[in-house]
Amino acid sequence: MLRGVLGKTFRLVGYTIQYGCIAHCAFEYVGGVVMCSGPSMEPTIQNSDIVFAENVSRHFYGIQRGDIVIAKSPSDPKSNICKRVIGLEGDKILTTSPSDFFKSHIYVPTGHVWLEGDNLQNSTDSRYYGPIPYGLIRGRIFFKIWPLSDFGFLRDSPNGHRFSDN
Amino acid sequence: SPKNPEQKIIKRVIALEGDIIRTMGHKNRYVKVPRGHIWVEGDHHGHSFDSNSFGPVSLGLLHAHATHILWPPERWQKLESVLPPERILVKSEEE
Repeated sequence: MLRGVLGKTFRLVGYTIQYGCIAHCAFEYVGGVVMCSGPSMEPTIQNSDIVFAENVSRHFYGIQRGDIVIAKSPSDPKSNICKRVIGLEGDKILTTSPSDFFKSHIYVPTGHVWLEGDNLQNSTDSRYYGPIPYGLIRGRIFFKIWPLSDFGFLRDSPNGHRFSDN
Repeated sequence: SPKNPEQKIIKRVIALEGDIIRTMGHKNRYVKVPRGHIWVEGDHHGHSFDSNSFGPVSLGLLHAHATHILWPPERWQKLESVLPPERILVKSEEE
């Protein structure tokens, strides 16, 4: 009787460990569902939207300009940020507004990317903390699940002029 | 590595966030380590590609903590967490 219960418990623990390992590998190497909060990516992603992220591109270094990525925050490793990639290493980024007379540029250093939110007025991004190392990128968002009225692949950046010359 | 995402580098942690450190070969003489970052240096100062070259490292890039050397067997040892005596901090956050 006791051996039956013990056997069942061990089997349950075994299944839980297997499930945990597979889930961890899936989230780490394949992708997962993410809920985004904050106004910095409006109108592309609103507060409390649920999106689908894939973690395959970053392992093969397939992240491109214009992709929306999830990255670890450079100042707080426990929290994630969700921004669009504006520049890759070697790109020249315009840091002043295009209407200013004296323009200033910055070059993205090797191994780093420049991120900006779509809602430029209300986004702390690379304009505030500088380019972030590529190794902080966790995954790429490519599909929105919720709200259903906005279901589908994500739109291109509304700030098309931000992709400056290389 | 902050300069090359494909590469993993192994260095010693010299300072944590909030500490002020006197650098060796960095463009600024004194650096305050920003929030969420650490300052790492190799033990062999002249020949090390570390924070003196690329600045403080974001904690999110930290992969693991090296505790022992396993191979070759004659170098089998536990790696001690000790700050080299010549690298004492100018100001620590705890003070």
